[in-house]
Amino acid sequence: MSETDKQDQTTTHKIGIYLWIWGLLFVLSFFSYMVDWYQFQGMLRWSLILFFMFLKAGLIMAFFMHLFWERYALVNVLLWPMTAIACFIFLMVAEYQYTLFTRLFYFFVGG
Amino acid sequence: MSDPKIEGLALKPGFKGMAEDTSSDQTMFKGVHWGKAMMWIFLLSDTFIFSCFLISYMKGRGSTPVEWPNPSEVFALDAFGVPVPLLLIAIMTFVLITSSGTMALAVKYGYEKNRKMCGWLVLATAIGGLTFVGMQAFEWSKLIHEGVRPWENPFGAAQFGSFFFMITGFHGTHVSIGVIFLFIYAYKVFAGHYDSGKRGWFTSMKGDYVEIEILGLYWHFVDLVWVFIFAFFYLW
Repeated sequence: MSETDKQDQTTTHKIGIYLWIWGLLFVLSFFSYMVDWYQFQGMLRWSLILFFMFLKAGLIMAFFMHLFWERYALVNVLLWPMTAIACFIFLMVAEYQYTLFTRLFYFFVGG
Repeated sequence: MSDPKIEGLALKPGFKGMAEDTSSDQTMFKGVHWGKAMMWIFLLSDTFIFSCFLISYMKGRGSTPVEWPNPSEVFALDAFGVPVPLLLIAIMTFVLITSSGTMALAVKYGYEKNRKMCGWLVLATAIGGLTFVGMQAFEWSKLIHEGVRPWENPFGAAQFGSFFFMITGFHGTHVSIGVIFLFIYAYKVFAGHYDSGKRGWFTSMKGDYVEIEILGLYWHFVDLVWVFIFAFFYLW
């Protein structure tokens, strides 16, 4: 790839890519609304919600926020701290299960 | 949209490039405007704040033995006499995504130095954000009218109200601040501050269309947070 091609590609992007992502976000939002509309329940509901959520979040970050075109130094600084949040979520899942258990135990069984 | 050009230095892509950028002298984020890097760091810290809210919501909802209010009934709205679940929330989601799209295009036209298009698109984004805040105010007043308080509500677990007001309130504050800045920046674009390089307030930085991208990062982040709130609070 010649130097001028590269410059064209990195300073501005074709309008088509933005319109595509925009359309996809609409469609994905519509689908996630349909999850509620048709009242899916249980694992199907939760997995669909998470699937559409991560897809939307990924599209917004990658293309609207340009992370797809950034250098890895920036991308990794931004994305790795998310693992800390993931750890925190797992800790708190254990915590709420324990809290619920003790509440039910003392409410119904007594001390 | 990093476009690093440093004389006599070829920047490697991928993880090798990352190792070299990180261990190099001078700037670590090659070709990234400092304002943009700072905005990203701010957004990262904001991510942690919103994560703490959503995680505490998960903990509160998971640990209560009382039935959680059904969001698709609580947030239902009557359309032509028929209750439609989450109607207002769905419209708010679409409005926010629309404004996110116009913002992305504004950034693109900004970099092409298309002043008029950029200005109109930033203005459209601001109006979309204002619509969102207006609908959120309507939603809040409706729920307050129905007796939802941070400490109690007629639908179920008492924690519902406190998490609702805290999370959507904090997000709404972000949107409101964004709208104020969008209007200011729309004015600055139309006035040509980024073409002439006029300085902003409290800064020696010359006006440049990169500021539109920085503003855009903030606005997309607000949309990003809404994606998570929509999934976890309204749909779950």
